[in-house]
Amino acid sequence: MLTESQIERYSRHIMLKEVGGKGQQKLFDGKVLIIGAGGLGAPIALYLAAAGVGTIGIADADDVDLSNLQRQVIHFTADIGKPKVESARQKMEAINPDVKVVTYKEWVSAANINGIIADYDFVIDGTDNFAAKFLINDACVLAGKPYSHGGILQFDGQTITVKPKESACYRCIFPEPPPRDAVPTCSQAGVIGVLPGVLGTIQATEAIKFLLGKGDLLTDRLLTYNALRMKFREVPLKRKTSCPVCGENPTISEVRDELDAMTVCDLKKG
Amino acid sequence: MTITINGKETVIAENPERTVDSLLEELDVSQRLYVTVELNGEILDRPAYGTTAVNEGDVIEFLYFMGGGNAPFAQSLR
Repeated sequence: MLTESQIERYSRHIMLKEVGGKGQQKLFDGKVLIIGAGGLGAPIALYLAAAGVGTIGIADADDVDLSNLQRQVIHFTADIGKPKVESARQKMEAINPDVKVVTYKEWVSAANINGIIADYDFVIDGTDNFAAKFLINDACVLAGKPYSHGGILQFDGQTITVKPKESACYRCIFPEPPPRDAVPTCSQAGVIGVLPGVLGTIQATEAIKFLLGKGDLLTDRLLTYNALRMKFREVPLKRKTSCPVCGENPTISEVRDELDAMTVCDLKKG
Repeated sequence: MTITINGKETVIAENPERTVDSLLEELDVSQRLYVTVELNGEILDRPAYGTTAVNEGDVIEFLYFMGGGNAPFAQSLR
């Protein structure tokens, strides 16, 4: 039951016929896990908290750094040096005390990911490295957990929602991570600060639609965005029968760490 | 001949020998060794790049790896 102040807080949701009191209750009952409390995770966490998603998990082992603040808008100058998940939790609870925030100050790995995602209805990948991105895909596909993939690069971003065994997964597009030996140095490619705001907000929208059971999810189409040209494009995709994790003869039947991609922080042009 | 690359009509020289692989080289596509190629709605297996011909009217999508804020590639995507 919504209290009077909750009815007021969520009034702009409740007046939407796709949400209403029932939908708001679904958001309350919903559990969403955000992996990565950085550029993508920041708007995702803020919007899901504001929206009244009842339980929000957030996983990241990192501490806030001065160079994060240009885009990771959930972290403030005074938070430098604090664990990102702690900094994020404080802002989420300040926006909306109704929300239960569960923090995981750890990197996801094959050893812990199944346990972390198990409690959640929907998972959001807001990570910055390919080892994590492939791990999240595999864990979600194998556990049948719907999730949103997001990636950003300089002025470009892309996102897709995966409904395991129903729609194309990350490995349908990219069967394996780029090799580590492609990567001699860690030069920074950079990213325009507003970019993860655009992509992360789309990912949060997918989580909310999933919990509401309304609209069409971003499945079987990769949404790409270029901020310089201000263009969105949709690339239609299909599940691949040869996909190593969701295809007809999968070679991946349990989660594993992509060791070759573990330290990828830079890829030279091929 | 005219093909569509990432939504953009592109004129390339006639070349009956051209494969997806040689097109990647010809266009100096970003992440050439890792890019995923979708040809007329089907994602190609990488080993097929060298044997798949490019034909008039083909619709090609280059799909790039995108990591996070301080990952990636030295060059902007084409």
